Amino acid sequence: MSATQELVQKFTEKAELVSAFVTTVSSEDEAFKYVIDLCDKKDACQLLMSGCERDLSDKAEALCDTKQQKIIAAPGQKKGFYKELATLSKKAGFECIDSGMRDHLAGIDIGVTYAEYGIAETGTLMIDCPSEELRLATMISEYHVCILPKSKIKKDSYAVEKMMLTRMKKTPNYMAYVTGASRTADIERVLALGVHGPLELHILLLED
Amino acid sequence: MQKAKNLKEYREELRESLDNDFLRTTLDNFAIAYKAGRANAFKDMDVKELINEIACSKDEAGANADALYKEFKENAEAAGIHVHYAKDGDEANRIIAQIAKDTNCKKIVKSKSMTAEETLLNHDLEAAGLEVTETDLGEWIIQLRHEGPSHMVMPAIHLSRYQVGELFSDVTGKKQDSDIDKLVKVARRELRQKYVDADMGITGANFAVAETGGIGLVTNEGNARLCSTLPRVHVALMGLDKLLPKLHDALRILKALPRNATGQQITSYVTWITGANECASAEDGKKEIHYVMLDNGRSELIKDPLFSQVNRCIRCGACANVCPVYRLVGGHKMGHIYIGAIGLILTYFFHGKDKAKNLVQNCINCEACKDVCAGGIDLPRLIKEIHARILEEDGHPLPNMLLGKVLKNRKLFHGLLRAAKWGQKPVAEKDGFIRHLPLIFSKEHSFRALPTIAETPFRDWWKDNKPHVEKPKHRVALFSGCVQDFVYPEQMAAAVKVFAANDVAMEYPMEQSCCGLPVQMMGEMKTSKEVAIQNLRAFELGAYDYIITLCASCAGHLKHNYPKLVMDKPALKLKADEFASKVIDYSSFVHDVLKVEEKDYKKVDTKATYHAPCHLCRGLDVHEAPRKLIETGGMEYVECSEEEVCCGFGGTFSMKFPELSAELLSNKLNNVEETGAEVLLTDCPGCIMQLRGGLKTRGSKVKVQHIAEIMAENTK
Ligand code: SF4
Ligand code: SF4
Repeated sequence: MSATQELVQKFTEKAELVSAFVTTVSSEDEAFKYVIDLCDKKDACQLLMSGCERDLSDKAEALCDTKQQKIIAAPGQKKGFYKELATLSKKAGFECIDSGMRDHLAGIDIGVTYAEYGIAETGTLMIDCPSEELRLATMISEYHVCILPKSKIKKDSYAVEKMMLTRMKKTPNYMAYVTGASRTADIERVLALGVHGPLELHILLLED
Repeated sequence: MQKAKNLKEYREELRESLDNDFLRTTLDNFAIAYKAGRANAFKDMDVKELINEIACSKDEAGANADALYKEFKENAEAAGIHVHYAKDGDEANRIIAQIAKDTNCKKIVKSKSMTAEETLLNHDLEAAGLEVTETDLGEWIIQLRHEGPSHMVMPAIHLSRYQVGELFSDVTGKKQDSDIDKLVKVARRELRQKYVDADMGITGANFAVAETGGIGLVTNEGNARLCSTLPRVHVALMGLDKLLPKLHDALRILKALPRNATGQQITSYVTWITGANECASAEDGKKEIHYVMLDNGRSELIKDPLFSQVNRCIRCGACANVCPVYRLVGGHKMGHIYIGAIGLILTYFFHGKDKAKNLVQNCINCEACKDVCAGGIDLPRLIKEIHARILEEDGHPLPNMLLGKVLKNRKLFHGLLRAAKWGQKPVAEKDGFIRHLPLIFSKEHSFRALPTIAETPFRDWWKDNKPHVEKPKHRVALFSGCVQDFVYPEQMAAAVKVFAANDVAMEYPMEQSCCGLPVQMMGEMKTSKEVAIQNLRAFELGAYDYIITLCASCAGHLKHNYPKLVMDKPALKLKADEFASKVIDYSSFVHDVLKVEEKDYKKVDTKATYHAPCHLCRGLDVHEAPRKLIETGGMEYVECSEEEVCCGFGGTFSMKFPELSAELLSNKLNNVEETGAEVLLTDCPGCIMQLRGGLKTRGSKVKVQHIAEIMAENTK
């Protein structure tokens, strides 16, 4: 097995251990298709945001009925990338946005991002997100879909240290290591996914 | 939180926890799951080396704290961040309240920060008319209940889903059921609204990186990300101990923190914030960020030659996770705000003597915490040192003074033990136990029978029975410790038999006395030191290859503590180092040095299980030798679950906290009885006293012996 293959294998194994969904795609087109399918399948019969089906206080409930349509967000991406995704979304009947996340704080269905690097040791995505729109897309989306070029997978955190420093020194900077979905074990140590952030993390490994 | 005024009240509080079945089951399950989880997370890694590196880098950071703070501040300010220094908790809280006022903030969302717990931040902010909402699920739950955290990483571990369900019914005004997934979703929605409304977000920081002026946050839920993104003002409160020179130092700690905390390889999110970021809700599109750096005694602490190690703590909570006392009583009782072993220490420094004085006594010295600490802090030792300091400040209680006086005078001490033999006559049974407890013991002590003082102490037996060894292969000195000298001399005699058969020439220096650990456990450092010096003087080192003891606790104390106790006396220190290097425990000596062979022992058809004394398995890192010896010595070894968990003896601990000692013993004996073994073997007379006493009270048939005894019995 080549060194890259080994890293890809390790990354996949570790990411799946924390219940991320890892899929290989051969092109961005395939990635778009994945996103549209996922959005389509997601809670097909309802538009409710996660948690809104519960009995909530009146104030919390007020934030629930602000959404009319399923939403895909892909801020901070290359123009062509966004255009293509937006066209496909529209065709499928979803709204696609690349800005205005703050108008959707109740939640969006899918956030699509690109990772700078992957860390094989822990199955971690390194996402550089000084732009607030991009950052919010990784936080308020219910499903976070992140594209990671295979060549960008490094062995461990030390191997991305230099790249982190370069970015950190161009202040202001906001960077995240994302590993699996948002989780908690605060009630009786029982694992529950999707507390404040995404309920699911989908990683698309892009052949390059 | 500590409210008890004295030890008696504290013990009453402990009783409440012991009677809380939910808490007990939860913490039992957690203790077992944690151990497996941690081992798995560190699999394929050199943990010792990693801990070592963390300890070194944190020590260096501590030593350079002033310079690091300057560098951190300059870099942060250059990136548009305001940096404040707070000398204590009150000042930190005042600064934050002022920031809220200046920026016209009313509503605050907060992510978890132990430092904010330390300063009681919420309390002061609320007093200033601000609305504060904790957004970490566990923290939100305890905030709603007006409680403090019961664990540094899992603050609401003491609560059941039913309690949370009821709480959330109150909060939402709608009936909630107790399904955990549903409850988490309720929190998701309720708190989302809070983020939307908030104008200030408060977080802690796990790392303050000097070279970038940025911070790192380690979280699972993702709430710290929302807190540091949505509101227009962000305040990060952190202790000086979070300062690190390089990003690399942070990445190193990150390798240990989640693994040690919860057995996770890494948390879901690690957020790195450097500079005043984009923020759409701020007027100029830039977030206003303030770092509040809290001192609160830290800068003094890092200058202390002994306590500076406290700065290495990365707040992983592991020292609570493995603590047998924490497991019994939970964090509200095993801590004030900080919890577990490090909690006992930090409480003294951050919250004062009154909050710490009962707490620091509640450590059985099993060393489980030291064994897993991510910073390699010698926690049990520091706990004892604080106990000693408090005694210095408050005065020594009478029993301590008496014991100290007696122990300092070997002849008096041994004379009293001999006299006790006569005193016990009317209550002594033939089976070696005292029929009923002397009146100085209350009924809480009745969970185990106590042994009688032996007819002939080992030192007297030795005079008549010292074997003559023709052609010695090894020359050794024996150190008996008080229990084997005066209570179980037959264990020493058994060892002598096996040693002689293996050509070991022995000496028993008569001037030796108690090793001193019992007084050290009571916080009597001065007496401990004096006793150590007496013992060092009793041994003529040149004459022996080894100093052997059958008592794991003595062995650990002689080996690790003696050199530290005489640190200030250079000549003695040299001797203590040499002395320490010669000390070896029975099993290691017989197995590793004598290398005894199966053919020399009779095979008996007995199933034996093992109890690993704390001071042997963790104190001396001896694991294999005793278990191998059981098989070599002709018995069938059956593993016991939680073999390396404390039996609850802890010397004077079991006198002070009999109810905790009883529970630890009961867990231990349940596990032992489950193995179906007829014999329970171990390496320490203190443990034997505890285990035998407990089994006798239970009316169990399981027999407890020192490994030395079966080796002697089965010698061909
Ligand atoms: S030595 Fe044992 S009892 Fe004491 S704090 Fe550490 S783990 Fe707890
Ligand atoms: S003292 Fe050690 S084990 Fe305890 S929280 Fe600190 S680093 Fe973790």
